Amino acid sequence: MSTITTEELPATTLLRFATAGSVDDGKSTLVGRLLHDSKSVLADQLEAVERVSASRGQEGPDLALLTDGLRAEREQGITIDVAYRYFATPRRRFILADTPGHVQYTRNMVTGASTAELTVILVDARNGVVEQTRRHAAIAALLRVPHVVLAVNKMDLVDYRESAFAAIAEEFTAYAIELGVPEVTAIPISALAGDNVVEPSAHMDWYGGPTVLEHLETVPVSHDLAQCHARLPVQYVIRPQTAEHPDYRGYAGQIAAGSFRVGEAVTVLPSGRTSTIAGIDLLGEPVDVAWTTQSVTVLLADDIDVSRGDLIVPAKDAPPTTQDVEATVCHVADEPLTVGHRVLLKHGTRTVKAIVKDIPSRLTLDDLSLHPHPGRLVANDIGRVKIRTAEPLPVDSYADSRRTGSFILIDPADGTTLTAGMVGESFASPEPVQDPADEDGWDF
Amino acid sequence: MTTVAEATPGEEGTHSPYALSHLDALESEAVHIFREVAGEFENPVILFSGGKDSIVMLHLALKAFAPAAVPFSLLHVDTGHNFPEVLEYRDRVVAAHGLRLHVASVQDYIDRGVLKERPDGTRNPLQTLPLTEKIQSEGFDAVFGGGRRDEEKARAKERVFSLRDEFSQWDPRRQRPELWNLYNGRHAPGEHVRVFPLSNWTELDVWQYIAREGIELPRIYFAHEREVFRRGGMWLTAGEWGGPKDGEDVEKRLVRYRTVGDMSCTGAVDSDATTLDAVIAEIAASRLTERGATRADDKLSEAAMEDRKREGYF
Repeated sequence: MSTITTEELPATTLLRFATAGSVDDGKSTLVGRLLHDSKSVLADQLEAVERVSASRGQEGPDLALLTDGLRAEREQGITIDVAYRYFATPRRRFILADTPGHVQYTRNMVTGASTAELTVILVDARNGVVEQTRRHAAIAALLRVPHVVLAVNKMDLVDYRESAFAAIAEEFTAYAIELGVPEVTAIPISALAGDNVVEPSAHMDWYGGPTVLEHLETVPVSHDLAQCHARLPVQYVIRPQTAEHPDYRGYAGQIAAGSFRVGEAVTVLPSGRTSTIAGIDLLGEPVDVAWTTQSVTVLLADDIDVSRGDLIVPAKDAPPTTQDVEATVCHVADEPLTVGHRVLLKHGTRTVKAIVKDIPSRLTLDDLSLHPHPGRLVANDIGRVKIRTAEPLPVDSYADSRRTGSFILIDPADGTTLTAGMVGESFASPEPVQDPADEDGWDF
Repeated sequence: MTTVAEATPGEEGTHSPYALSHLDALESEAVHIFREVAGEFENPVILFSGGKDSIVMLHLALKAFAPAAVPFSLLHVDTGHNFPEVLEYRDRVVAAHGLRLHVASVQDYIDRGVLKERPDGTRNPLQTLPLTEKIQSEGFDAVFGGGRRDEEKARAKERVFSLRDEFSQWDPRRQRPELWNLYNGRHAPGEHVRVFPLSNWTELDVWQYIAREGIELPRIYFAHEREVFRRGGMWLTAGEWGGPKDGEDVEKRLVRYRTVGDMSCTGAVDSDATTLDAVIAEIAASRLTERGATRADDKLSEAAMEDRKREGYF
């Protein structure tokens, strides 16, 4: 791979991905190799790693030291928290959520996966699909990470045999599809030897697919907008009240899903008032149309009451509002979540009071069995909950929209983030909703 | 500044027309963060040093609230050893946008005898007290910093919204998980939240964005002739702050700065990059990190940044 040059820089996109793997599956080595072989580790960082490795009497540089940043992590030789890494190739920029593999850090994998477009799940070719692999696949499915890569590592230790890889890939893919994972790409690698991570392997002629990096560089990063319900959570009302802009009143927010265009009829939730989009400003520049993850300011034709916390949606495609939210949650705080717990619920830009009415089940990730009425969820537990909110919320199913179908629960007393929530059925793979009218009128 | 035309598929043919370029994605995310803070906090402030990261932060804030004014004031922690070009730039920008500037002065603390000059002359660690006392006395509840996770391994663990206790301390073991883009800014009176809108940017992203947006920078970021001397493997600017000492020879060299900070611990690099394009090419080819190349204070110990952050440093 060549060094980046100025001419090659502008056309890149951004991919957010997460890694998952057990302690001995070679995750640190894979991450280290991706960083190292993509020339993202600079001389002074490598020098520091070499210095510390040598002072500990290790023979070669321990690439795990690149990723363990905290004193406690270095002292204990473990990763205790999600860290974010950055690297780039001429084709794409990457944000890697490097998540710890221990069972007790399920919450960290949930955190990393919540913003990821892709998850790399590592398995050891000698051990194949184990409990931890199934757990990681289940979390990827639960969080609806669009792309899953199965990296079958340590191929060098099974003589680079195709049969070893094929058996694992087949077993994992069948399991993942059952969970509703939309896409699995299986790649045989040796992170230690560098096979199929950045450079194609010379030992596995039978493999015709991409290397890990090649796949990361080419996987599509955006969704099919025609199949998305358009959603704009209002963050802030922009009113300059200056001589130049005496009547400007714009509703600022980041488009959570789909697209909006000038002239479109919209409804503001939860009030249900309707208007038409009179203009869209994309950070100061007027545009005709704007789409997912752009931060925009929308101007409406009518002077209606809109404030932070509201959701602007197409009039023809409004979600129902409800005060009874059913969701799958991952509990992330040390104190348990119990029935009757009074909490705050943050959904989009709105935070409302809420109460945990019921915890119907707790999920056992190993075999996906349900434990009925556990009474409470402790740290790292995944379960179903029923929540009553003090005000109606316009919620989508998480299966339809990762942004407007997700929420967090917050402890009102000390502000602790308690729980990550995903609205609607779990592990279901409903057909995407398609409105033929959405296909009309595009003029790109 | 995305336009529909610019967002057409890339040469690879693998990108949908709706995929944002990486700079557009980072810009949109940062703007979202600014607006969340404006919506949820009473009294936010932007740390502004006149360095490139804080300059990009301010530029993003201006875009986030256009055509209205930025609803935040600025805070500069003045070490007393600042580059004059940077102070001049700071004051000019503040005036141009009609912003309010707070200054926390390290020199003032030294003059009053509250802080003591360190034997090595660096004032970076001395910034923590003036910063945290200013936050308390002004009652700032959200403090924007230009810190990036790519800068340093302790920062790689930093949240976008990072809760600080009443002593401004950071406890990496007690951080809130950050899920989706649902930032949690809840805090008790006396506590505040440090907010890092550039968390996911790299040094190269910052430079590319500066080039794309045509943002003006202090001149010390570009190659120029300067009187410098060698200390701890770095070129430091000679000046009244206390350098050079005996045995350190001043020479005139063609240099530029990759970071802007206290003159006593911010090193210049040899460079002939006089334009943005030349600077970007130089950084893309550099084999040294920004901090490794130019910051003495991070080399004090393996966990120097983590330790300072725990105490309340940005």
